[in-house]
Amino acid sequence: MTDFSTGPPYINVSPPIAETQVTETQVAETQVTEPDEVVQLTDDANGPSRRQRRKLRRAEKKATTRSRLRVLDLLDESLAGVFARPARAALTTLGTVLGIASLVATLGVSRTAGNQIVDRFDELSATQVTVRARATGQSSGSSRRGTPLPWSVEDRLLPLNGVVAAGAIADVPTPGGIRTVPVRDPSVVSTRTLPVFAASPGLIDAVRGRITSGRWFDIGHVARNDRVAVLGVDAATELGVTRLANLPGIYIGDDLYTVIGILDDAPRDVGLLGGVIIPSGAANERYNISKPERVVIETEVGAAGLIAKQAPIALSPNAPEGLSVSAPRDPSATRDAVQSDINTLFLLLGLVSLIVGAIGIANVTLVTVMERTGEIGLRRALGAHRKHIAIQFLCESTAMGLIGGVVGASVGLLFVVAVSAARDWTPVLDIWLPLIAPVVGAIVGLLAGLYPAVRAARMEPVDALRAGT
Amino acid sequence: MTDILATSATAGSPDRPPVVALRDLWRVFDTDPPVEALRSIDLEIRHGEHLAIVGPSGSGKSTLLNVLGLLDRPTRGQYLLDGIDTGELSDTERAGERGRRIGFVFQGFHLLSHRSVEENVMLGEIYRGAPRAGRMDRAVEVLQRVGLGHRIGFLPTRLSGGERQRVAIARALIGKPSLLLCDEPTGNLDSQNTVAVLDLFDQLRLGGLTVLVITHDHDVARHAERRVRMIDGFLNEEA
Repeated sequence: MTDFSTGPPYINVSPPIAETQVTETQVAETQVTEPDEVVQLTDDANGPSRRQRRKLRRAEKKATTRSRLRVLDLLDESLAGVFARPARAALTTLGTVLGIASLVATLGVSRTAGNQIVDRFDELSATQVTVRARATGQSSGSSRRGTPLPWSVEDRLLPLNGVVAAGAIADVPTPGGIRTVPVRDPSVVSTRTLPVFAASPGLIDAVRGRITSGRWFDIGHVARNDRVAVLGVDAATELGVTRLANLPGIYIGDDLYTVIGILDDAPRDVGLLGGVIIPSGAANERYNISKPERVVIETEVGAAGLIAKQAPIALSPNAPEGLSVSAPRDPSATRDAVQSDINTLFLLLGLVSLIVGAIGIANVTLVTVMERTGEIGLRRALGAHRKHIAIQFLCESTAMGLIGGVVGASVGLLFVVAVSAARDWTPVLDIWLPLIAPVVGAIVGLLAGLYPAVRAARMEPVDALRAGT
Repeated sequence: MTDILATSATAGSPDRPPVVALRDLWRVFDTDPPVEALRSIDLEIRHGEHLAIVGPSGSGKSTLLNVLGLLDRPTRGQYLLDGIDTGELSDTERAGERGRRIGFVFQGFHLLSHRSVEENVMLGEIYRGAPRAGRMDRAVEVLQRVGLGHRIGFLPTRLSGGERQRVAIARALIGKPSLLLCDEPTGNLDSQNTVAVLDLFDQLRLGGLTVLVITHDHDVARHAERRVRMIDGFLNEEA
């Protein structure tokens, strides 16, 4: 291109002419215009240096122009391609819409249902924490307990965030049995052997107890060591105590206790229904029950795990390791397990729908490529490179997948809300789901468009123009 | 009209290399048996020339047009376009040079039916990396110069054959090419529209644009100032 034999020529590389984008390379023996870059080639014995040859090659390279496509032009062309046939585009994206919608609906409904299961069926056990003194060893046939529990559990535990109620309980040994009236009649068994429990005032709430007649004892009864008792409903029936209007009394051994209430229900500890419950003050005074055996705590939903860690410290700050705690499984783990079972089936269905959708997009895009052979030839004739064609078709299929993802996510969300409304549930959905669903749709569209895009890019322009005539 | 073709018109100085220079150009298709579509073609087309290539079907006219349009590579020989040896160019560079230096006009128009007239014209710019700013104005200007200013906003399906071909010509002109390659440009037109398109070619040539027309139609060929005939892959200059 450049003749070095006639002397040191100058190569002027002018900037592209603004209107025509033409880069001109002038070769002259004298410098004719003011260039941006001047490379003077010396004609010494070795010819131009390596650096000069490199510059020359660069200058020659600039004389030609590579095919270019601006990003905005690419987006314009791709969207125009998608919306050129709106009905077809809608039908094409239908598969993706169904796939994404079923995925979102599956995940949303299973999550919502999982929460409902936790709320309705596991709520009782999921919110109970029980603390006991840890057994540290055996000595002469009797167990030696570890850290003693205090009776004042309400004061220590209720300030903890997440504790709804707390109460302590201990078994009371009663060798004398229990009777209502001291009758000396050898032919009649008037003494009953019933379990007796010492309890703190907060126990009634901690076990979700329900009093149908009378009342539960309070902190005043405890402080005064009042000899009052609450009968479990089964114990009351056995003892023949049905009314409290006359302040009936019972004998525990030789001690008289006034019955002040009948415990009708205690879902967390049904054993209380068959026994007699007395305040911890009276139990301590009469039977030397100075510490409870276990502490029952009701927590808020989801707080059981945290309270299980905090309660031993609150109850025994100096030796929390001496207490053993039984807490329910984490509700979220329960919910996740439930979801896992539901998800496996429906996610498979969603994935199948998505694959069908991807095949649909691939199929239609391939047909579109065949139909648009003439257009592909035209674009190549106008200067498009193979990669421009491939990228445009990829953009089109990705756009269809993205649109399908957005519409599918919306349909799935509406389905979750509709199901929740019909079942009177609270819809629960991960926040990332509606955001990631369109991305999944776009990826499906991108993958589906790969093969048709490659087919389009491989077309020879001559063949494409001839076929599209 | 000269405004559209300012680059080409001013480039037509005697010192510049010819727009097209073919030297011993061959195109052999690797079929069984091999077909020699172009045989030792030597041809020079200078700036501002209006050349017609005539010949029977299968004589190699379209193959020659494809090679000239950088849509196909010759088997051997040299093809210089505006002094650039196209044999040295990569595929990307060929695509770039095609978009920048060559305009195509096809017998079947090749317009995008779902895009408006001006969008079809603007399509001629996008692979050249031309700035988006002012693109619409440039398209409108070219359309006005081919006499279609009143058809802006129309879809091609609502235009007559002659108007569609003028849209295709406008699309080719917006890139200000060095060479306009026309493959049977009047093949689908009636006589009235044929005359209109040929008149347009005359104006373009007067504006300095190099026009090469491939045609079966002797009337169209007679319109050109220079004619060559192709027979069995050989090129012969007509008197």
